[in-house]
Amino acid sequence: MATILINGQSREVAADPSTPLLWVIRDIVGLTGTKFGCGIAQCGACTVHLDGVPVRACSTLLSSVGSKAVTTIEGVAASDAQVVQQAWIEQQVPQCGYCQSGQIMSAVALLEQKPSPTDADIDAAMQGNVCRCGTYLRIRAAIHRAAEMKRASA
Amino acid sequence: MKHFMNQLQPKASEPSSVSRRDFVRVSLVLGGGLMITVAGCGPNGEELADGPSGGTSLSPNAFVRIDPQGRVTVISKHLEMGQGAYTGLATIIAEELDADWSSVSVVGAGASDTLYGNSTIGGMQGTGGSSAIANSYDQHRKAGATARAMLIAAAAKQWKVNARELTTEPGVVIHAASERRAPYGTLVSAAAAMPVPATVPLKGPKNFRYIGKSKGTPRVDGVAKGNGTAIFTQDVKLPGMLTALVAHAPLFGATVKSFDATQSKAVQGVIDVVQIPTGVAVLADNFWAAKLGRDALVVEWDTSVANTAGSKEIMASFHALAGTKGMPIRNDGNAEQAIAGAARTVEASYEFPFLAHAAMEPLNCVVDLRKDGATVYNGNQFPTIDQAAVAKVCGLTQEQVTMETVFAGGSFGRRANPKSDYVVEAATIAKAIDGRAPVKLVWTREDDMGAGYFRPAMLHVMKGGLDKSGNAVAWWQRVIGQSMMAGTMFESKDGKDASSYEGASDHVYAIPSVFLDTHYPKVGVPVQWWRSVGHTHTAFAVEAFIDEMAQAAGTDPLAFRRELLAKDPRRLAVLNLAAKESGWGTPLPAGRARGIAVHKSFDTYVAEVAEVSLVGGTPRVHRVTCAVDCGIVVNPDIVRAQMESAIAFGLSAALYGKIDIEGGRVVSNNFDRYRVLRQREMPTVDVHIVPSTEKPTGVGEPGTPPIAPAVANALLALTGKPTRSLPFVG
Ligand code: FES
Ligand code: FES
Repeated sequence: MATILINGQSREVAADPSTPLLWVIRDIVGLTGTKFGCGIAQCGACTVHLDGVPVRACSTLLSSVGSKAVTTIEGVAASDAQVVQQAWIEQQVPQCGYCQSGQIMSAVALLEQKPSPTDADIDAAMQGNVCRCGTYLRIRAAIHRAAEMKRASA
Repeated sequence: MKHFMNQLQPKASEPSSVSRRDFVRVSLVLGGGLMITVAGCGPNGEELADGPSGGTSLSPNAFVRIDPQGRVTVISKHLEMGQGAYTGLATIIAEELDADWSSVSVVGAGASDTLYGNSTIGGMQGTGGSSAIANSYDQHRKAGATARAMLIAAAAKQWKVNARELTTEPGVVIHAASERRAPYGTLVSAAAAMPVPATVPLKGPKNFRYIGKSKGTPRVDGVAKGNGTAIFTQDVKLPGMLTALVAHAPLFGATVKSFDATQSKAVQGVIDVVQIPTGVAVLADNFWAAKLGRDALVVEWDTSVANTAGSKEIMASFHALAGTKGMPIRNDGNAEQAIAGAARTVEASYEFPFLAHAAMEPLNCVVDLRKDGATVYNGNQFPTIDQAAVAKVCGLTQEQVTMETVFAGGSFGRRANPKSDYVVEAATIAKAIDGRAPVKLVWTREDDMGAGYFRPAMLHVMKGGLDKSGNAVAWWQRVIGQSMMAGTMFESKDGKDASSYEGASDHVYAIPSVFLDTHYPKVGVPVQWWRSVGHTHTAFAVEAFIDEMAQAAGTDPLAFRRELLAKDPRRLAVLNLAAKESGWGTPLPAGRARGIAVHKSFDTYVAEVAEVSLVGGTPRVHRVTCAVDCGIVVNPDIVRAQMESAIAFGLSAALYGKIDIEGGRVVSNNFDRYRVLRQREMPTVDVHIVPSTEKPTGVGEPGTPPIAPAVANALLALTGKPTRSLPFVG
């Protein structure tokens, strides 16, 4: 039995320490906004934050989480993510939507680090998040828009 | 849909106490549209009368329902897999109903060819061929207008006025003379008692509020897909449900000889291990236990009849057929003679690899088998085909199988499998454990990409002839590749498979002699349609070869096309529009060139100009200018989004897409070895829509075919050398 701090709540989870965090989140905690796409840290669909840093949950073992705060798409709205989600709607980003939780988690972390990201910053931060529907242009536009909205409200 | 999703959405803190059967009933009642299938009744009128919160709903037809709160539920006969079908269909209904867009939600329809058939695929229910809007436009306008007419009739009766004096604004019936207004919800129960009119007037396009407008109808699934609440098959959770992973054969056509599950069953959480025709299934109470259980299985495979050929050998076998006569498809004039007598000839062969669909959501399917029936939760692209297949496996009648359609995390054709492959696998596992628990079959990415049903590998062999003044006089083409229709219900009796030559045999370049024939070699790799089907390769062969002929003629490729397309105004119009908007003919920075391609697929015309440079010998696509003519446009922003999407999808395949098979084994079975387009490689895309009053056609696929040849043609302009083998990188 391990204890993890997820979306601000402490949860006991009955799982082997070698279980990937993704499956702890989805099957044990029961939050399904974090997606399974590849299982080998190649697609970013499973992106969550550990103490605010984006990680691929499919390749993060439960044992390595320790006391770090886990934030998923269900918990991220409490932060600045609302602005990002609003920009996502303005730009009508999602198509099938399956990659979008991961995209948004990566985008939120980028904007925390770089409030005014350049295109190159966006390329670097988002390169690990695949979108097979090809929403990349709108993701880029939405990140710029979210940055603008954050600056305006700052 | 929102209610349904809330119901399905697992709560982190409170474990569900609803029983399995309660769950199904509760979610169905809340889900509204889903009630149709479980209640075993058609959604016509009274049988569906009870809305979610009591009172009578207005359900004049199978596509729209309005409850006493004025909430409008559109029942979508098409799967939402990213292409925007839910929003597009709802836009059409909302237009004629004059609904308030914020009151509109959409649910997936149940399975019924009778109610939800698609006229573009012979009346079968299904999502494909870029047909959602094309086959629904008239039908859904009528459905919305009917509901509106009944609301107006109810108001006229209540107010004792002539219906002709009444008008509507979004969500409200208005009698201007007496300044009376009635929100739709207040009229619903009276309207439900009105006769359903046989004919209804439709709006004139100049009165459209939503159709053709860029704002006003944002995607109905946009919010749920940005906050993690959208429910995909992968997220469906039923009480007591088990997760199943299957150890699949390493080679196509191999079967289980024997297996030892001792180690597997020792894994904590593994509940059962069962042999099925496609392998050995491990059932566990969560994914990871099933995965560890599968890893621990020892399976011996019978490979005696399995495919052991690799992709290289398969392509070599196609080349061996290139000199042999095939099945004739088109023969105008005498191409061979014209080539023999031509002043100049051009020859090329174009090679296309196997491609995976690689939708973001790996394939999966939930089957809840009970004694008296079964419920399938899935991104159902062919609901009635899948329903029949599940019924057969489970020994049920088709009516006993309920199809619940949830969002699909992409598909690109893969979830429309004529053999219902993964759906049947899920049902087979449920049957193997006698329905003791609902089963969620999950394929890992490796299962998904290793299972085949690829876009077939293809070879096009081309010859062309030019006269002394550089006019094209002959075109000769031989297409070699597996038939994707063979062995399916879509196989044609004469042995011809249009998916090998559609978009090539019917090319409209005005050349006096045109010949095309086909070979359909048998290959032991399962193949299937992939976004834009045959056009994925035919558009490349035709459009790249036209550029090679233009080069041989010493003519600008745009001018060369214009000359030959004079009789096809819509094609010419998109070609000219894309050229103009791209700045065709104007100078570019050193090291950059433009390439152009135009193609019609699914009755939609698209031209694309790609601006390309070489960075360290690798193509870099900077900008794509796209012109599209899809007739009447329902949602311009979705048209733009689908062009962007189709360009990204086609470019991903053109640059990197390739399934490598070695010794019969699929080696590129995850994103580390099957490279896909990422953020940095995405070009700028400018989409220009041709205004039109022609009937609406689709946009999900037609943006894909022109991008690969546009890039190849830019490379030809840049380097003088043709690109004849895909993908371009690696
Ligand atoms: S599922 Fe974790 S990166 Fe793909
Ligand atoms: S929206 Fe479908 S994969 Fe990104």
